[in-house]
Amino acid sequence: MVPAIQIEQVGKRYGELQALAGVSLEIAQGEFFGLLGPNGAGKTTLISILAGLAIATNGSVRVMGHDVAAAYLQARRALGVVPQELVFDPFFTVRETLTIQSGYYGIRDNHAWIDELLHYLDLTGKADTNMRQLSGGMKRRVLIGQALVHKPPVVVLDEPTAGVDVELRRSLWQFIRRLNRDGHTIVLTTHYLEEAEALCGRIAMLKQGEVVAYDTTQNLLKLFPGCYVNLKLAPHHLPAVLKPLLARESEAGFLLALQDYGEVEHVMAALRAAGAKVQEMEVMQPDLEEVFVKIMNKQ
Amino acid sequence: MTGFYTLFYKEWLRFWKVKVQTVLAPVLTALLFLMVFGHTLRNTIEPYPGIAYTAFLVPGLAMMSVLQNAFANSSSSLMQSKMTGNIVFVLLPPLSYREFFFAYLLAAVARGLVCGAGVLLFTAWFVELRFERPLWVLAFALLGSGIMGVLGIIAGMQSEKIDQLAAFQNFLILPLTFLSGVFYSIHSLPPLAQALTHLNPFFYMVDGFRYGFFGAGDVSPWLSAAIVAACLLALSWLTLWMIRTGYKLRH
Repeated sequence: MVPAIQIEQVGKRYGELQALAGVSLEIAQGEFFGLLGPNGAGKTTLISILAGLAIATNGSVRVMGHDVAAAYLQARRALGVVPQELVFDPFFTVRETLTIQSGYYGIRDNHAWIDELLHYLDLTGKADTNMRQLSGGMKRRVLIGQALVHKPPVVVLDEPTAGVDVELRRSLWQFIRRLNRDGHTIVLTTHYLEEAEALCGRIAMLKQGEVVAYDTTQNLLKLFPGCYVNLKLAPHHLPAVLKPLLARESEAGFLLALQDYGEVEHVMAALRAAGAKVQEMEVMQPDLEEVFVKIMNKQ
Repeated sequence: MTGFYTLFYKEWLRFWKVKVQTVLAPVLTALLFLMVFGHTLRNTIEPYPGIAYTAFLVPGLAMMSVLQNAFANSSSSLMQSKMTGNIVFVLLPPLSYREFFFAYLLAAVARGLVCGAGVLLFTAWFVELRFERPLWVLAFALLGSGIMGVLGIIAGMQSEKIDQLAAFQNFLILPLTFLSGVFYSIHSLPPLAQALTHLNPFFYMVDGFRYGFFGAGDVSPWLSAAIVAACLLALSWLTLWMIRTGYKLRH
C-alpha cells in the first residue's frame, strides 16, 4: 500500500537559518502519528512543505504517492490541514465558509456532508452566524470543518488544541479519534504530550530541524528504563542512604528516581532500617513528557 | 472549473456584501467631481467641437472609477488575506495558478464594471450621454479593468504591509490616473506635457473609452487598444509567473 506520507531527506533553509536538515519520515495509511518538538524545531515548516505553503530547499515529499511539487493538485486533494493560527474570513458565515471551501476542492453540492460536519463539530446552531461573532473555540472547530470538507484521506492538525478549554479539547479528540477509526490518516503536532501519548501510535520528535526520535509510542516510553517513587514520610526526613536517589523534594513528599522496579524493595528496606513511617507511596512510570525532556536534553 | 468559479464567486461576494463602501462610495465620489469641476468649468472649456465639458468629463470619471476600483478589489483582497492569514484557505486547495489568477482578475473586472456602470447611471441624470461606438466603450472598460486587476494582484502579492500597498496606490495609480486626461483633453496641454502623457498607458485607456462615447479622441482607438492590450498581456504573463512560483505567497 502506498504510504500516506513519504518525506525523504527534506531540507529547508531561510537565509542563514537551517529550519529543516535532511528529515525523512514515512507514515502509513490509517496511522495516528505524532510530530513533536520544542518551539522552532521545524514542525510547522515541515507541515507547510507538506501542504504546499512552503517549498523545500531539497528532498521530496509525497502525499498518497503524489509529489507535493510535481503533482501538487493531486497531493493537495488528498490532504486536509488544520492550521495552527486561528484564521478566518470575516465576510462570511460558517456555512458560507464551508461551502466556499468545498468549491475550492471542486465539490459543488456538499450540503449533506457540511450538515454532518456542523453536527459533529457542534456548530449546527451557528451555521448562519458570521465568523466574526464566534468564540475562539468555535472558530477552531470551523477550521477543522474546512480541513475536512473534501473528506481527505490524510488530515494534518497543527496544534489544534492550543488555547482550547478542557471540555472542547476532549470533544475534539473524540471527533478526531472517530476520523482515524473511519480510516483517515492523522498527523498531529501538539505541546500537550499526554494527548500525544494517549492518541498516537507512532511519534517522531524533531529538534533544530532534525529527527531525534522516531518510533512507536510504546517503544519510546521504554527508551529510558526505570520508575519513580513518591514518598510521604513522617517525620518529613529522608534517610541519608536514599539521598542519592532523590529527584525532587516538595511538600507532597520525596520523589526518588529508580533504575528499575527491583530497587523498590531496597528503598523499603532502607526506610524500615531508618524507622521512617510511610504515610503515602506512589510508584510511577515515566510518561512521554519525561521521555521527551530526556531526549531533548540528550541531543 | 468549480475551483475557479468558487474563488471568483467568493471575491464577488467579498465586495458585493459591502457595496455601500465598494460601489456606492466611488459612485458618489465621481458625482462630486462632476458637480465641482462640471459647474466650475462648464462655460470655459469645450474639449471637442460641439461637446460640453460636463459631457466630456463623465466618461473620464466613469473610467477612473473602473480603473481605481478594479485595482482596489484584487489588491485589497490579497493584502487583507495575507495580513489576516486567511490566504491559506486558497493556498491549501488544489487550485491551479491559472484558476487563482483568472478568478482574482475577473472579480476585479466585475467590480470595475459595476462601479463604472454606476457612475454612468447616476450621471445620466445630469448629463445627456451619447454612445457613438458602444463596442469601444465595452472593450476599453474590459481592457482597462483587466490591467488594473492584474496590477492589483501584483501589488497585493508584493506588499507585506498596508503602507506598501498605500504607496503603490498613492504614488503610482493615483497620479497616473489623474494625469491620464480624465479631466482634460491633452490637446490643451503644452507640448512637453502632451509628449509625457503619451508615455502614460492610462491615457490610452481613458482616451479609447471616451472615443466610444463621442467617436472622437486624442489618438486613434486602434492605437490605444493595441497599447492597452499589449500592456495587459505583458502584465498577465508576469503575474502568472509570480503566482506559479509562489512569489511572496509560498515561502
